Amino acid sequence: MTVGSHSFDTTGVLGLSREGGTAVDRAFPAWATLPADQDLATGRRWHFLFAWLLVINGAVYLLYGLFSGQLRRRLIPDGDQIRDFAGSVKEHLLLRFPEGEEAKRYNVIQKLTYLVVVLGLLPAMVLAGLAMSPGVDAAWPWLPELFGGRQSARSIHFIAAGLLVLFVVVHVLLVLVSGLVNNMRGMLTGWFSLGRPEKETVR
Amino acid sequence: MILHRRKLLTAGAGLAGTALLGGCDRFAGTETGRRTLKVGEDANLFVQRLLMSPATLAREYPAAMISPWFKPNGTIDPPDRDFRALAAKKFADFKLTVDGLVQTPLSLSLADLRGLPARTQITRHDCVEGWSCIGQWSGVPLAELLTRAGLKPQARYAVFHCADTLEYAGGGLEGGDGASLWRPEHPGSVRDGMIQLAAAEDWGGAPPKADKGTDDKGTDDKGTDDWGQGAPEPEAPEDKRTPIRYYESIDLFDAVNPQTILAYDLNGKPLPVSNGAPLRLRVERQLGYKQAKYVMRVELVDSLAGFGQGSGGYWEDRGYEWYAGI
Repeated sequence: MTVGSHSFDTTGVLGLSREGGTAVDRAFPAWATLPADQDLATGRRWHFLFAWLLVINGAVYLLYGLFSGQLRRRLIPDGDQIRDFAGSVKEHLLLRFPEGEEAKRYNVIQKLTYLVVVLGLLPAMVLAGLAMSPGVDAAWPWLPELFGGRQSARSIHFIAAGLLVLFVVVHVLLVLVSGLVNNMRGMLTGWFSLGRPEKETVR
Repeated sequence: MILHRRKLLTAGAGLAGTALLGGCDRFAGTETGRRTLKVGEDANLFVQRLLMSPATLAREYPAAMISPWFKPNGTIDPPDRDFRALAAKKFADFKLTVDGLVQTPLSLSLADLRGLPARTQITRHDCVEGWSCIGQWSGVPLAELLTRAGLKPQARYAVFHCADTLEYAGGGLEGGDGASLWRPEHPGSVRDGMIQLAAAEDWGGAPPKADKGTDDKGTDDKGTDDWGQGAPEPEAPEDKRTPIRYYESIDLFDAVNPQTILAYDLNGKPLPVSNGAPLRLRVERQLGYKQAKYVMRVELVDSLAGFGQGSGGYWEDRGYEWYAGI
């Protein structure tokens, strides 16, 4: 690949990949795709199986989150957080993370990102995916119209999926750098250390 | 030191990822894996049928939205000798057979079919590969034929037998000296493969050498009306290989839908061979591979087990979903 005057070797990442020892011309590398070889039929089957898991889990999550008030309580930024938005950006850039009482709630960037993912990207991706279905389009003719047609829905489906991958990468990186052991323990057992100053543990 | 550890971690993560995905591939290859992967299709069928009635129509578009070129895909020029003989006479000798679990089997010429009540619809064709195309189709509603033939109570599926050979049993489509085996993977690869083979080799049930000159027009993918070309060579030696021809099937839920037609016109003109002349199935609530081209026979059956590998269609036998509503 050549960008301007620079040349990069993208073998195994973009364009060229190995399938059982033979180099093949393809967009995504074999190690990152399921199935590894280019097999649209099997790829579709994996896709729809996990699409249903996503839709069922997502529906339960959204319904519970909306009706229990958890989404509002946890994800809408508090007034003081919005006022200190710039401060939160700075902390993120310096990879400094809140400790003490402040660590009990999501920070403002976290909240806004989760809102975009939970109420924006995921529903948009699922609906745009459905808008590509001739069956769903027959039953719900308004759906493809919402996206400006099947091909626009297709673009939105892939853009939303790409942004979700970006979210997962950044999210996991931040979990790692903000204290992997403490974060994992918090998620699995509910015990979460608030950090050095208070030397306190909350349930 | 740090660098080494980083390299090690990166390599480890890469290996773990590959191992996980590789495990998925191995799982997909087992019988349990195949059954598990089919759950998504079953759910698609079940839920979409809840959202629709047999009469639910796909959206129809205004004439201004018709695509300037309707992309032919899959087979674009059947290599089969019998088909070429029909095409050479502009399908004057063509007869559509409707048989199987019906009271009165039918045999209808194109003129007969054009004399029956017709339906014209401007609909969007959605390919499994992602692209779409809008075209105007005219043809006989399948329900009209089924009413005339009279369904027996056991009939559950309509199977569409097509004229085009895609490969030979046990051997893919062979290039001239048999050196290169070619297996279709998706509709676009059939089209590309046929264009390549047509330009170079004997590519199927057509008489091997005498036909070569006319075969070269397989590279013509402009969707023009190409009737009457590719005349067969009568003295060609008989082909002993077993051809695997395209076929498709739908159930009665889709068969009785008013938009399910056997189309003989595309955009107000006789259907070009590249788009499926003389007759092409339209099942507007499903993907493109269900829209069988070169339909010769409609057979009503109670089970799909006896056809191909039993999955209900050429692509279905190669892993694609029978229910292609998404």
